Amino acid sequence: MNARFAPPLRLILVSLLGLATVPAHGQEPPYFVTYSHVMEEPGNLEVASQNIGASPKNANAFYGQTIELEYGVTAWYTAEVYFQGQTTLKDSTVFTGWRLENRFRPLRNEHWINPVIYVEYEDINNADKSFLEITGHHVISDQAIANGLLRSDVERSIEGKLILSSNFKGVNVSENIIAEKNVSNEPWEFGYAIGGSHALASHASASNCRFCRQYFAVGGELFGGLGTRYDFGFKSTSIYAGPTVAYNSPHSYTITAGPEFGLNANSAAVLWRLKASYEFQQVRDLFRRNR
Amino acid sequence: MKRVMGVAALGLSACLLMGAADGSWLRRVPAADKARVNPLSDRKAAAEAGFHVYEEECAKCHGREAQGKGNRPALISERMKSTTDGDLAWLLRNGNSWKGMPSWSVMPDAERWQLVAYLRSLNTPAEAQHLEGARQ
Repeated sequence: MNARFAPPLRLILVSLLGLATVPAHGQEPPYFVTYSHVMEEPGNLEVASQNIGASPKNANAFYGQTIELEYGVTAWYTAEVYFQGQTTLKDSTVFTGWRLENRFRPLRNEHWINPVIYVEYEDINNADKSFLEITGHHVISDQAIANGLLRSDVERSIEGKLILSSNFKGVNVSENIIAEKNVSNEPWEFGYAIGGSHALASHASASNCRFCRQYFAVGGELFGGLGTRYDFGFKSTSIYAGPTVAYNSPHSYTITAGPEFGLNANSAAVLWRLKASYEFQQVRDLFRRNR
Repeated sequence: MKRVMGVAALGLSACLLMGAADGSWLRRVPAADKARVNPLSDRKAAAEAGFHVYEEECAKCHGREAQGKGNRPALISERMKSTTDGDLAWLLRNGNSWKGMPSWSVMPDAERWQLVAYLRSLNTPAEAQHLEGARQ
């Protein structure tokens, strides 16, 4: 193993060990990339801003922003739309595209492992630096190309994910298997994401507090590409892992933050992430006659 | 096209919620779950904590006074009185997703039991009065 990988791996191991020892809570698991089987509550609209910054070796530093609108259509169906852009130092600021996402929970009851089917259509150009998932042969050196060239190459893809997620004694463990197909004649690309999280308290407090332990959750995630149909595997693609922490405020907003460390030479050394979201409660009541 | 999709989605969700309050979920509760009792010994403290959880997670759909909202059922009712602690804990963990009730399995077990204690107290007049006093 390369010596460069040792500090991030140590940090990840420490945070995973931490998951096993702290007591539990927190509503949505604190993931940036991994999906769990927690769906948006029916009628609620969540608006989120997901921010990412990195300064890759041999490429200009960049900042990416994704705006997410997530709506709980039913308790088993959540729809989401994303708008993305990025700005690269000494280059330009560009809109990189949009995504339309649907998640379906097919089983009625809670099981040991809970599957969710994810279907997405995306219209994204190659200047995208959102890192919402890694598929195929995603390497950081591609980010060194000027935005003007990258944005002219637009990819329209259908993406499917099989989300497997479990909750046990306050711990959430989620695994995502990703398959993506460009609607033009390009091969299937694959990827994965794995996350684990735990809340910081197992009981709610009887006092009316804003920063009780029950509102905090810690976790970690690991994600990367798996090549294409013709060249499947961990070679020539990037892998990231890192710890995350989230504050689920009792006033409907959530802040999630954490660094993600590149685990091989195809990855940026570190991606800094911050996500802020606000949940508008029962938006559909505004359109009902009898409230 | 987008407008049509939006109207269709809203229509679908409204249809799915139509039967939310029929109590049919009670038939799906396994006997072992039905028989479970709330393990939290200090019921008053549990109900007080459960009140905060209720306000943050449940009141938006079921109403702050648990009176129900639209098709979402009231939580002070004869049916609620007839359910066991185990029934309620099972519903919170599994949800009734085809009828609009999400699963709260992400919530730690102890917190779900706190919520059960609060829901139970709402349906027990003496305890509800005590909680009302504590809230004020």
